[in-house]
Amino acid sequence: MSLFQFPRWTDKLRPLLGVTLVVGPAYVTGLFYFGASPKTTDVGYAPEQPIPFSHALHAGELGLDCRYCHTTVEEAAHAAIPPTSICLNCHQRVLPESPLLAPLRESAETGAPIPWVRVHDLPDYVYFDHAAHVLSGVSCVECHGRVDTMEVVKQVQPLSMGWCLDCHRDPEPRRRPRELVTRLDWERPADLPAELLPPRRLSADENGHDPMEDCSTCHR
Amino acid sequence: MAEVAARELPESIKPPDLIQGGEDFTSITNTVARVAEYKPPKGWYIAFGIAVSVLGVLLAMLGYLFWKGVGIWGNNQPVAWGWPIVNFVFWVGIGHAGTLISAVLFLFRQQWRTSINRFAEAMTIFAVMCAGLFPAIHVGRPWLAYWLFPIPNQMRMWPNFRSPLLWDVFAVSTYATVSLLFWYMGMVPDLATLRDRATKKLPRLLYGVFALGWTGSNRAWHRFERAYLLLAALATPLVLSVHSVVSFDFAVAQLPGWHTTIFPPYFVAGAIFSGFAMVITLMVPARQFFGLKNLVTMRHLENMCKVIMATGMMVGYAYGVEFFIAWYSGNKYEGFVFINRALGNYAWAYWTMVTCNVLLPQVFWFRKMRRNLVVMFVIAAFVNVGMWFERFVITVTSTSRDFLPSSWHYFTPTLFDAVILLGSFGLFFTFFLLFCRFLPTVAMAEVKTVLPEAHPGHHHQPAEVER
Repeated sequence: MSLFQFPRWTDKLRPLLGVTLVVGPAYVTGLFYFGASPKTTDVGYAPEQPIPFSHALHAGELGLDCRYCHTTVEEAAHAAIPPTSICLNCHQRVLPESPLLAPLRESAETGAPIPWVRVHDLPDYVYFDHAAHVLSGVSCVECHGRVDTMEVVKQVQPLSMGWCLDCHRDPEPRRRPRELVTRLDWERPADLPAELLPPRRLSADENGHDPMEDCSTCHR
Repeated sequence: MAEVAARELPESIKPPDLIQGGEDFTSITNTVARVAEYKPPKGWYIAFGIAVSVLGVLLAMLGYLFWKGVGIWGNNQPVAWGWPIVNFVFWVGIGHAGTLISAVLFLFRQQWRTSINRFAEAMTIFAVMCAGLFPAIHVGRPWLAYWLFPIPNQMRMWPNFRSPLLWDVFAVSTYATVSLLFWYMGMVPDLATLRDRATKKLPRLLYGVFALGWTGSNRAWHRFERAYLLLAALATPLVLSVHSVVSFDFAVAQLPGWHTTIFPPYFVAGAIFSGFAMVITLMVPARQFFGLKNLVTMRHLENMCKVIMATGMMVGYAYGVEFFIAWYSGNKYEGFVFINRALGNYAWAYWTMVTCNVLLPQVFWFRKMRRNLVVMFVIAAFVNVGMWFERFVITVTSTSRDFLPSSWHYFTPTLFDAVILLGSFGLFFTFFLLFCRFLPTVAMAEVKTVLPEAHPGHHHQPAEVER
């Protein structure tokens, strides 16, 4: 009869089984929840660019406004990457011979754009409109972080759907007067009068239905 | 008292013994275990070959479906729920006989269940597998089917807890889990029997692992029976809940023909109806091929025919009440839907359903018909067809004639619809034939408890034995 029974030592595995049944699923869930989260996989992405352009120098030290280069941000869904000509506005005179700017000169000669590497890339099924956000008083800093202090631009927010919804469900604390949208170092005073804020593009209707959380607001 | 009454019954009307042919403890073990121990008859190989081929077709079709998308089906507006949902409800329904036989009949001490419960439970599990397939592929992007479950995710996206479709996910997965546990746990002593009889190393090892070190000691039996009783009590509400929740998928929607309070009991009756029909469809050939005629006797089959007739009439009653309410409610949309059902575009499907489900089972009023293998096999097959058509009629007629006449549309299935339905039978029969070949198809230990020898008074006072 003993031939068909499990050997005695297997009894020792029994508590282990209980532990595995409880801890195992929790571990796997945790592993996927934190390990595969965009917080882990995407935040900190800082690709090397063809020209070591420093936002810390241009936007921080020199104080160029974001909109000087990203010209379409107030009118279009897409915040334009500046064409070579905008760079040349200054760099015709400033450091025209710098070896670091060789790709810029090449681009000016051939007309081929500089192959900048995109840092903030949303999935194709997400419709994101820069103008709608900027005109509603959402500052660049809310999504892109303190770009004016970055030598190399990196992604600081997860850009996940949950992260988007955090703000879409409670946008007020992240809104500011429209003229301060590109002031990345601005700190919101505790007693900011609400009438200084621009009107929201989307807000709840009289039935309490808020398009900020509609599927089709972002997925069209 | 009951024993006295049983003794006084004249021989002609006394119920026959549950187990026939003078089988005793040893011969029952031999009869059942032999199926798993020796090479099966040639018919098994042929059947298995066909089943596996059809399963292969299903897998190929699923591959094509994933590649191409759900557009290969006939589903479109306004009939957005086509055959996949029809097939889902059809298969879930078939599963119901297993739980009813194993749990409800157990609690009601219906001893005749012991010969067929293992069989019906196995059928349940494979039917639920087929059922689970269809919602998973119907979501369109099956690789995202896990979105059906409330799993925390970076999208902060949750299923709609107010939707019966989500309740369905819970109902069916609970049902699958409990059925599997019930089936497996009930099988442990029998697996130990196969282990103890095994002569080759591999079967002994495999049966041994799955027998969980069963010794057959008093203590083991005591705990086993306790656990079995508890599981039966847990599974009993599921008989009612699962198909009730499935019916909510329709009944909660505000569509004439779906939005009906009779749906839950009507669906449950229909499920048991179709489940028993499937048990007969499988049992009649299986007992023939595997020599189980003494264990699964005419009395078992006759009882199942009675259940089929009873539940068939419940379903027929529900068909009638739907028409009555459509008229009595005075709601012209409701009225239109039912007139359309019986006389409209899909009248052929409706009358197929009525014929198969209500009219044909009436032959079981006659004892001769209930005891005729060919008749019961044919009727059961018709009931299977009829119950598929019932779900088709419900799903398709209401949506194809919805509120806006300009969007009315006649639903036409495509070849892929048909082949995938056929393929699901391949999946079902592949598993079922494997079960018949390698596992104890009859609950040996339980069958022995209904033998006269198992009765405490058997050897001392034979005259006192019930039946």
